[in-house]
Amino acid sequence: MPQTELITKNQKLETDLREVAQDIVRRAMAGGATAAECVVREGDEFSTLVRLGQVETLKEAGSRSIGVRVFHGQRSASTHSSDFSRDALDRMLKSALELAKITSEDPFSGIPDASQLGSLAGDLDLYFPDVYSLPGEERINYARRAEKAALDYDPRIKNSEGGSFDAATGHKVLANSHGFVGEYRRSYCSVAAVPIAQSENGGMQRDYWFSVARNLGRLDSPEEVGRIAAQRTLRRLGGRKVKTAKVPIVLDPMVATSILGHIFEGINGDSVYRGASFLAGKLGEKIAGDHVTVIDDGTMVGGFGTAPFDGEGIPTRRTVVIEKGVLKSYLLNTYTAKKLGLQTTANASRGLAGTPGIGPGNYFLQPGTKTAKEIIAEIPEGLYVTEFLGHGANLVTGDYSRGASGLWISGGELTYPVEEITVAGNLKEMFFNISEIASDLEFRGAMASPTIRIDGLIVGGE
Amino acid sequence: MDKNRFFFQHYGLTEHDLERYLAAALSAGGEYADLYFEYLSSTSLMVDESMVKSASQGISAGCGVRVVVGERTGYAYTDDLSSERILHAARTAALIASGPSKTPVVGFQEKAARSLYPVTLPSVDAEITAKVELVMRGDAAARAYDPRIKEVRASYSDELRNILVVGSDGTFAEDSQPLARMNVSCIAKTEGNSARGTSGGGGRVALDFFFGEKTPEYFAKEAARQAILQLDAREAPAGEMEVVLGPGWPGVLLHEAVGHGLEADFNRKQTSAFAGLIGKRVASEKCTVVDNGTMPWRRGSLNVDDEGQPTQNTVLIEKGILKGYLSDKLSSRLMGMADTGNGRRESYEHIPMPRMTNTYMLAGQDDPEDIIRSVKHGVYAVNFGGGQVDITSGKFVFSASEAYLIEDGRVTAPIKGATLIGNGPDVLTRVSMVGNDLKLDEGVGTCGKDGQAVPVGVGIPTLKVDRLTVGGTAKKDSGGFMQ
Repeated sequence: MPQTELITKNQKLETDLREVAQDIVRRAMAGGATAAECVVREGDEFSTLVRLGQVETLKEAGSRSIGVRVFHGQRSASTHSSDFSRDALDRMLKSALELAKITSEDPFSGIPDASQLGSLAGDLDLYFPDVYSLPGEERINYARRAEKAALDYDPRIKNSEGGSFDAATGHKVLANSHGFVGEYRRSYCSVAAVPIAQSENGGMQRDYWFSVARNLGRLDSPEEVGRIAAQRTLRRLGGRKVKTAKVPIVLDPMVATSILGHIFEGINGDSVYRGASFLAGKLGEKIAGDHVTVIDDGTMVGGFGTAPFDGEGIPTRRTVVIEKGVLKSYLLNTYTAKKLGLQTTANASRGLAGTPGIGPGNYFLQPGTKTAKEIIAEIPEGLYVTEFLGHGANLVTGDYSRGASGLWISGGELTYPVEEITVAGNLKEMFFNISEIASDLEFRGAMASPTIRIDGLIVGGE
Repeated sequence: MDKNRFFFQHYGLTEHDLERYLAAALSAGGEYADLYFEYLSSTSLMVDESMVKSASQGISAGCGVRVVVGERTGYAYTDDLSSERILHAARTAALIASGPSKTPVVGFQEKAARSLYPVTLPSVDAEITAKVELVMRGDAAARAYDPRIKEVRASYSDELRNILVVGSDGTFAEDSQPLARMNVSCIAKTEGNSARGTSGGGGRVALDFFFGEKTPEYFAKEAARQAILQLDAREAPAGEMEVVLGPGWPGVLLHEAVGHGLEADFNRKQTSAFAGLIGKRVASEKCTVVDNGTMPWRRGSLNVDDEGQPTQNTVLIEKGILKGYLSDKLSSRLMGMADTGNGRRESYEHIPMPRMTNTYMLAGQDDPEDIIRSVKHGVYAVNFGGGQVDITSGKFVFSASEAYLIEDGRVTAPIKGATLIGNGPDVLTRVSMVGNDLKLDEGVGTCGKDGQAVPVGVGIPTLKVDRLTVGGTAKKDSGGFMQ
């Protein structure tokens, strides 16, 4: 590697992005808009991949983009640009104003009321410039160490897709015509390893592990990441199919999070007002087992789903979504709340284009008291799922069918690996059949779940 | 060099500038460097509840600089196309190498490439009112299909991607790549029952495609038909059985089962279940599979790939024997094989890698009706959602969204969506019949790999797979299906 220090800061001309956003809003209003909202995003990224000890890729860059949404009464449209030149911004505004003439009058459209706008006070611990503090060579070493720990763990780890270290920072500004302007920065870094194990008969298996944090200090050691990646890969070697059967299944936390994701899809205001979810209209009703409590909290200090305000400029909050199996709240933005005659839960997510969507804050299943091991120990024959493949969940009907791999549970213990099987059922029943929830909640993203047990599913195999 | 020279005209770029940037990229001794300029303009429209609720347009432009030395790649990009910023990106990417500076080849050479999508007026520049008409017609047609259709969303999106790729080996390639797509999704509701249906299509076509060849009504009726059909779907069976795949989009089987596993990067690294199998039997002799980037107007087609190499029609499997991989510049150099023109990337922010274009199986001899008749108990799957593959273990899935039972050689009841799972290196060895009815999909495929999404096409004729695991909820017993 060169001795030259890697350059990590985006050396663009430092312009005041707040000023840019507010100016666009002012000009939109001057151009005839009845309301306007502007978002500016700026980010830097660094990533490196080391494979078999050698640097394979080094990437670094910065970029920024701007988007505007304008209203003509109850018609709205949006435009965006990565070009911040005066000409480009003029064109962006002009097209937005023109485009808003061809959309339909929607009585529920609009930006939030001025009284709803605001930003959480205090330091939410979202931004740590230290993600870029390591010298270039050290960053590469993080990736190298993670991969080496995996390769050294066992002679059956014979190959690798590499070890990696990534860091990124983002800066977001939102302004609207009620005079709201807010901004925040977030940082992120991660270290990962993807080893490949080979059995005597030549069959290969790959798995991965990673650690992710908002600051470098909270990242797990690369050695720990590599070791767990190796263990996860080795335990898959020699996977076989099993006979088709109806057995209890236990989902590891990563896999269980996907079930929680289906609940999110089902209770998000967009699917609810369209009736595109079997959970639509179920507010106040029992939709899951007694011990299922699901929380969405956009305010958790340092969280991966934390922000001082949502995509529409409303302070984030904590919402109890499901309490002891009863659906307490949908997750909503301003538009879907108006459609449903409810209040927003400050879950608006704002991309550059289009109307705001709905995204999670820190969204999680409340943990129980048993360990995963204790839950497994109660099962005579069953399946421990470590990976789902494919996208076979239908929120309209609840039908659920996915490819899976994992370990067979026999006599309360994990035994041999299984693969090329399917897991199928219906989410309506699956939510009720979450019969155990472990204590091992850990956030690796905005959504998190402990280990869970679900009964009544069909495992499809031979 | 007499083409439109988009970046020369709009950004004042000159050949001299390009040479300077490449020299900066090789200033620390890289073996190869290239620049990828991209200017993307896009439009999207969505109708929901019979209202045009969302309309957006956008512009994204930038330049990615790549420097390669051995197996190492340095990459940097900028969304500011000023000389200063591109030079900065070039010097950053250059740091992957360490040595005396190298000099790029002097003088660029543009290879002759096809013109697979010669639109006169790119749809992105067409009148917005015509696009509004499309989505409104889609909405109306879906609602008119059946009173049980209650919720309809019709969307339209298009883009025009202007690219310029220049390499230190003299590569110079420009392309202007249109892409348009229409989608209709709807929900059918009866007392106590709901179901969904979706349909869509498009390609590298102009707007008139949707007023002639494939109208909004065509997609709307198809989406509505699926939703109504699903209202009566029975539980799908579970376990291994005979599976017949209908022609067209079920070709996602090939994409997942063999396509990804044959991308050269995985084979160079020996991480694919297909590594080392060139010349070996990986499919029944009825199977010939190609990846063809040269089909006019197709969603997966490209005149040149994102490294400036003209695309081609590559035979992957010929009569069951594995013939080749899909490669990009890096893999072809490191593996000593030809560059098949499959180096693709999502945008200037991304490093190119081997990707599929339009992947399909050639037609066989069997009559599709004979194929159905040959099945005693099985599943006939005609529409799919997406799929996924673990290229190392070879296990893949794809999810049927429209399927039927086959009982005693006849297609009977519709069944609920189910995931099908198999093993890539041997699933095609179990293909016992291949229909004479090859069809490609309507133009909706988007493939994801390492976080990069690119448009692709797939296709198959009607196929019979003797044994595949179906992930239903109804257990199968020896006499048939238990309900």
